[in-house]
Order: sequence, then C-alpha cells, then structure tokens
Amino acid sequence: MTLAAAAPQGFLSPTGVEVAFVLVGLVTFAAAIVTVTTKQLVHAALWLVVALGGLAAEYLLLTAEFVAWVQVLIYVGSVVVLLLFGLMLTKAPIGRSPDADSGNRWAALTVAVAAAATLVWVVVDAFRTQWIDLDAPQGTTSVTGAMLFQHWVLPFEALSVLLLAALVGAIVLSRKSEEPSDERVRDAKAHARDDAEAAADKEQR
Amino acid sequence: MNDALDVALRLLVVFAVFLVLPLVIGQTEHKVMAHMQGRLGPMYAGGFHGWAQLVADGVKFAQKEDVVPAGADRRIFQLAPAVALLPYLLVLVAIPIGPGEGAVGEVVDAGLFFVLAVMGVGVLGSLMAGWASANKFSLLGGLRTAAQLLAYELPMLLTAASVAMAAGTVSLPGIVEAFEWWWLPWQIVGALVFFVAGLAELQRPPFDMPVADSEIIFGAYTEYTGLRFALFLLAEYAGIVVLCGLTTVLFLGGWHGPWGADGLGWVWTLLKTAILAFLVIWLRVSYPRLREDQLQKLAWTTLVPLALAQIALTGIVKVAIQ
Repeated sequence: MTLAAAAPQGFLSPTGVEVAFVLVGLVTFAAAIVTVTTKQLVHAALWLVVALGGLAAEYLLLTAEFVAWVQVLIYVGSVVVLLLFGLMLTKAPIGRSPDADSGNRWAALTVAVAAAATLVWVVVDAFRTQWIDLDAPQGTTSVTGAMLFQHWVLPFEALSVLLLAALVGAIVLSRKSEEPSDERVRDAKAHARDDAEAAADKEQR
Repeated sequence: MNDALDVALRLLVVFAVFLVLPLVIGQTEHKVMAHMQGRLGPMYAGGFHGWAQLVADGVKFAQKEDVVPAGADRRIFQLAPAVALLPYLLVLVAIPIGPGEGAVGEVVDAGLFFVLAVMGVGVLGSLMAGWASANKFSLLGGLRTAAQLLAYELPMLLTAASVAMAAGTVSLPGIVEAFEWWWLPWQIVGALVFFVAGLAELQRPPFDMPVADSEIIFGAYTEYTGLRFALFLLAEYAGIVVLCGLTTVLFLGGWHGPWGADGLGWVWTLLKTAILAFLVIWLRVSYPRLREDQLQKLAWTTLVPLALAQIALTGIVKVAIQ
C-alpha cells in the first residue's frame, strides 16, 4: 500500500496550485541558499527578502492569507529593515567582503540540516496523508483568529511573555552603560555652552 | 472568460488611477505652494496658469541621461526605484472607494494587514538606493529612512489595530461598512496618530529629515537622475494618495456622507482624500523640518503612548456597548 493509493488525490496528476507551490518553493529555497553563501553582505539581506517573500507566497497558495500578510509585515517590513539598518551602521562595503566568513561553515551546516530534518519529520509525522481542500479558503482571518484564541491561547500568551522578557532584557542591556555616557553628554553640553558664549562674545565685539 | 475580463478591467482602472492621481496631486502642490508663499511659480507652459508645466517636467526627466555612479552597486541601484514605486500600486488595488464589489480593485480578506505590509516594503527601495549609491550622503539618508520607519511603523500599526477592533474586521470594505458617525470623535486620536505616522513614513515635510536638502543634498536619491529620479518623486506622490485614501477609509468613513450615500459614495471618498491631500501640502508649506532627535522623540514618547491609549479606549467602549 503506497501513500499515493491511500490518499484520494494522486501524486502523479498535480493541479496548477500544486505546480505553482513547488515552483515558488524552489525559488524560495534557491534564494535562501544564496542568502547564506553570497560574499556580499547587503546582497545577503536582499536575498533574504526574496526568500521571506517566497514563503509569504507559499502561505497565499495555501489560502492562509492572514499569515502571509503578517509574514510580509513583520519579516520583510521590519526584520529586514532592521538588518539593513544594522549593516549600514557598519561599513557595509559595496562588493565582496571575503573576510566576512566566520569559519563556522560546517557547524552551521550541521545545525541547519538537523533543524530542517526535525521540522520535516514533525510535519510529516503530524499530517501524514491528510489532504487540504483548497477550493474553499481554509486560512481566513476569522478562522486563524478563532484557532489562535480558542485552542492555542496558552502558547500564544506564553510567547508574548517571552517577548516581554526579551524586551525588558534589551532595555536593561542598553541602560547598562548609562553612567559614563552621561558624563560625556554633560561634557559635550559644557563645550557647547562655552562655544555659544564665545560666539556671543564675538558678536558683541 | 468573463471573470478574467472583469479582473483585467479592474486592474486597468486601478492602473489608470495610479498614473493620474499622483500627477494631479503634484500639480496641485505646485499651485497651492505658489499661492501660499505669495509667488507665481511657472506660469507660461500651456498658457492658462502654466498647466502644462508638469508635462514639460516629465519630458525633461525623460530626456535626461540616466547616470549610474562608477562605484555604485549597479543592479541594486537600478532596481531601487521600482521597489519604491510598485508597492503603492499594489496597495491601491485594495482600497475601496465606494460600496459594493464594483468599487474596489480586489477584495482582500485581510486588507488592513495587506496595505500596511506592502507599504512597509516600499521603504526598502529607499534603503537600497541609499546603500547602492556609494555616496555618504545617500548612506546617511538611507540610515535616517530606516530609523524613521522603525519608529513610526509601530504607532501606525497600533492605531490601525484600534480601528480593526472597533469594526470587528480587518477587511477594508468591512471597516467602512461598519462605520458610524460617532466613530469620528471616538477614533480621533487614532486618526491623528495614523496620519502623522503615515506622513513620517512617506518622509513628507515636516518629517523629511531623510532627504534634508540643506544637510545631505537629497538623501538616498542624491545620485539619481532622469526617469529613475522621477520614479522616486512619483512614489512620494503615490504615497500621498495611498495615505490619504487609507485615512479616509479607516477613520473618516470612506463613502459615508451626510447625503447621497447610494450612487455618489465614491465622490465622498475622493473628496475626503482630496481634502487630506491638501492638508499634506499645507503642512509642507507651514512647518519647519523636525530634527532627527525630535523625530524620534515625537514617535516614541508621544505617538506610541497616544496610540496605546486609543487602543485602551477602543477596547473599553467596545466592551461597554456590547
């Protein structure tokens, strides 16, 4: 008994949506590979946009419209902008930066493959040969909202507590160096005052 | 077949609107600014009040040489204007101007999230332009753009969430459908925060620090010439159309008006949008540019708390009236 026989839909006669899903998946995968292999830092961030956008397109093809737009809003609109902001604060050179390799290539590859294998295993084990009927939208906003706040409300709240902890941690970390920088600000202010007084003196003369 | 024709026709209309309205706003800006500042402005092209100046400007832009700096990252430099402009076209598809299926390009189930998400993508164009130009002024402009977006995205999302709570839906036609006149005082704080944050996201004066011409020439767009530069300018005006249209739909009741709601709803939408666009131009002439630290302070210490207060108020009233 093969999987194809167990499922009412065969694997050998794909519909248009399925073909599109595979194609977009390939593009997403390729963009992700380029993201981690390119030598140009900012290009990596921009390829990440393609990869994350491709993922949003996959959600759309699965009729999970709400998740798709949130994906674009959070990842493309905020996370990548933050990444680019950080890159611009560094040199962010145009062209290749061969010194950007940390030498952890094999460790990173191992972790990535292990994580991917775990996720694929979990998804395959959870859904087996279930088939989603995509003719009627399955992931509308109201469905997603109802699922989230009826069945998954505890994990949802736990996640928000986690985020709150991260937020508080970030504030604590950023306040740590307050004392010395305060002095510097005071010095700068004193200098500015001196300069202003000097300028005023000059004007009076 | 009929469906395909229907979709094509809708997209064609949206595209026409996308081409016409930003130019109308650009021309209005020329004239309104000239009047407010007591100067004539260009008065000769085309005869009557220099109406054809916009056409002349367009021809001028098209004739100019398309220069890419030698040190620039060529492909990203050339791609950036499209990334800045196209999101506004996509957003326009989802904004309803009248009641019923016929008056919106495409009904999007999570329309509110769609428009906010796609508008956020447009800023990537400025960032790409700022980085790829290989110019320190451009890079500074890109940095300021990113900082501004990160600061103002939050209050914008929060106030949009407030409207969604009030209406009980995130579909844009659904929100206008649910609108009552007393939402105006109820959501007024949210409306102000949304509009101000939107202005900042478009980098319109008084929030035009990223393109401050007296400090960093023209920010991320310094190195652009000809048509690509014109595309960035067009993106700004398309952004005004989108922002005013969204504010109208979310906070001012869209096609609802004191009379003539049935046949003439779209007139109300356009009228409200036009008034808001006039306000945008008026603000440009009236207010000096905010300094970078004032910009950040306004967002984090004024707009975000106001938006949170609006959400709390919306929640309380919503529970009370149920």
